[in-house]
Amino acid sequence: MARKPAKAGNRRGNLPPLSLHVPEPPYRPGDKVDYSHLPVSKAGAQPRPDETCEPAETHPLCLDLIRVLDEDHRALGPWDPKLDAETLRRMLRVMALTRAFDERMFRGQRQGKTSFYMKCTGEEACSIGAAFALADDDMVFPSYRQQGILIARGYPLVEMVNQIYSNRADRLKGRQLPVMYSSREHSFFTISGNLATQYPQAVGWAMASAIKGDTRIASGWLGEGSSAEGDFHAALTFAAVYNAPVVLNLVNNQYAISSYSGFAGSERTTFAARAIGYGIAGLRVDGNDALAVYAAVQWAANRARANAGPTLIEHFTYRAEAHSTSDDPGIYRSAHEREEWPLGDPVTRLKRHLIALGEWSLERHEAMDREVAEAVRVAAKEAEKNGILGQGLHHPFHTMFEDVYEELPWHLEEQAEQAIRERRIKWPEWEEGRKE
Amino acid sequence: MSVEEGPVSLHDAPTRRLTMIEAINEALDIMLERDPDVVIFGEDVGYFGGVFRATAGLQAKYGKNRVFDTPINECGIVGVAVGMGAYGLRPVPEIQFADYIYPGFDQLVSEAARLRYRSAGEFIAPLTLRAPFGGGIFGGQTHSQSPEAIFTHVAGLKTVIPSTPHDAKGLLIAAIEDNDPVIFLEPKRIYNGPFDGYYEKPARPWSAHPASEVPEGYYAIPLGKARIVREGEALTVLAYGTMVHVAEAVLAEKGVDAEIIDLRTLVPIDVEAVEKSVQKTGKCLVIHEATRTSGFGGELVALVQERCFYSLEAPIERVTGFDTPYPHSLEWAYFPGPVRIGEAVDRLLAAG
Repeated sequence: MARKPAKAGNRRGNLPPLSLHVPEPPYRPGDKVDYSHLPVSKAGAQPRPDETCEPAETHPLCLDLIRVLDEDHRALGPWDPKLDAETLRRMLRVMALTRAFDERMFRGQRQGKTSFYMKCTGEEACSIGAAFALADDDMVFPSYRQQGILIARGYPLVEMVNQIYSNRADRLKGRQLPVMYSSREHSFFTISGNLATQYPQAVGWAMASAIKGDTRIASGWLGEGSSAEGDFHAALTFAAVYNAPVVLNLVNNQYAISSYSGFAGSERTTFAARAIGYGIAGLRVDGNDALAVYAAVQWAANRARANAGPTLIEHFTYRAEAHSTSDDPGIYRSAHEREEWPLGDPVTRLKRHLIALGEWSLERHEAMDREVAEAVRVAAKEAEKNGILGQGLHHPFHTMFEDVYEELPWHLEEQAEQAIRERRIKWPEWEEGRKE
Repeated sequence: MSVEEGPVSLHDAPTRRLTMIEAINEALDIMLERDPDVVIFGEDVGYFGGVFRATAGLQAKYGKNRVFDTPINECGIVGVAVGMGAYGLRPVPEIQFADYIYPGFDQLVSEAARLRYRSAGEFIAPLTLRAPFGGGIFGGQTHSQSPEAIFTHVAGLKTVIPSTPHDAKGLLIAAIEDNDPVIFLEPKRIYNGPFDGYYEKPARPWSAHPASEVPEGYYAIPLGKARIVREGEALTVLAYGTMVHVAEAVLAEKGVDAEIIDLRTLVPIDVEAVEKSVQKTGKCLVIHEATRTSGFGGELVALVQERCFYSLEAPIERVTGFDTPYPHSLEWAYFPGPVRIGEAVDRLLAAG
């Protein structure tokens, strides 16, 4: 019984036909880029409410942009965190180190050493500025582009490369896609690879901390694209209902793979403005200004720690490179966007600020770039001794069946025996436990 | 009924007659008392005590920090439970009806079930998700489903279903103590009394049933162990939840010397108990209330076929609900009741 295909119903008088709006980004490959329509607030001009203020006091900031560094590289206004030069230099070094790490791992993937990689180029200030503002034992529920937090917290680079190469020293036993790190010791939750699921989890961790009368807070991370997921709504609802001590970071890097932010709702309002509907504090910050990011996250962390509740922070930034090693942005966006981006590059801006303060120089910067590149090279070489993906030096075979449950149930024991038998048939000389 | 192995000999503890709801409430009470990391939350579970009263009195006793209401958002309920587990709590969320679990499914399948694996043991999700399931209460298609098979299909989850007050208490305590995520499905048709499938007859209370004798205090029934409800020689019945009681009644009425196995845990299943029984009887009947296609019965039939083929004297029989949504007015036509089970038993007895 075939149904008739959908067709237009009876027209009502002279009403115009309905039309569907499908967002279209302003620029496609080859287009000239002009960002003059993008409102860029004046650095130092945004008020800084008290950290324990009513949420509504922050809501004008959801439609503004908190900026500290101005065009002359000075730090201005009430959001200037007034960090000492040594802290600024440390922050700059972690940002440069993260960028160098990304460069090398990207090349590693192109050289066939692993299957996949994701850079955070252009977004380093978001994660690293936040990491400096949080306490080291505040729990982070990251998305996949917060490698800067791990690096800022001193996670060994060689461990990161081991994970990326899925080699026999990978602490995650070669089970996870590259960059899906986990480090309980560094209060860094296991990265899922599913999107937005970590947001309600961050709220749950924060609720647990409050239930236990702890003083640690949680921070959750996602991109503007995945803020369209139901998990985002779940997280904000629970955070609001229970006044959870959590900092909810939303990195608006303008793109979800090829889909521009319009597909997550950016044509209507800002992402920070989501906070208004939930009645929680919200901030919108220049994500390429490390000082502004630091100040916003510090504000939200102090607020959470004072039991004054959750904050949603939109980090307004630009994904300067591809989503991952698996896509070519040249076929869906204009290459001029990066150079025209009105908020500049976060590393360059912090560098120029330090130089303007008389606390840094081009020579020192170049020397630092060489130093971080060398640190990454050494770590990568060290990790390569433990193997690269698909070259035999992977994790011991039997680990495939471990950790599905705390104890191995009978059916997995049987399946493990099967897998080992298959291996012996294929490689008669193979023995479990021997170097593979 | 066989004696449970466990930390406390059940013979030492005085017993009282409890309904399944009372037994579940007692298990939650005991675990809140024993373990300060246990927290209970869900829709209407706090002050009100749950729509089925499973958490009655617990908020008053343990406070709002330990037992509280949640927004109507199953994704959030499971999601925050995963985060709480990562912190070190032992969350026991309730989903008001198993039919409402689907918005939380991604958090269960992609997150809770895989945390231990993907983090190589750094993070675990020691949560126990309780949900009433099954039909027979005129709940229509959104308050009657039996979704167990979608959980048994997920590596990393354990699925547990009690059929008596005695087992509900011991299994729930074991589930909460377990360090893996456990889906604890409660057959709501038998919350307040056993049900033999003869819906026209007056409901019976638990107090007339021997398995309503529930020991006081703490005891755990190990997960992964089936219960031999009745020993017998003629055929083996594999069932769980409400259907255990229906099978018992039908086979008693027919005077068949059946061995009835209440699986209690679907994953990991007690394969030894299944093998031993089918090898003895040579005939096997699998029963569940859930829809048929890709139901857990398919898994049971395959297991028996793989492991007991040369003991079988007849094709394995499978009695299930139909592959339709659970109909409201025709729910007893859907339910795998005495007639459907009786036919399958007759076929088994006639064969071989």
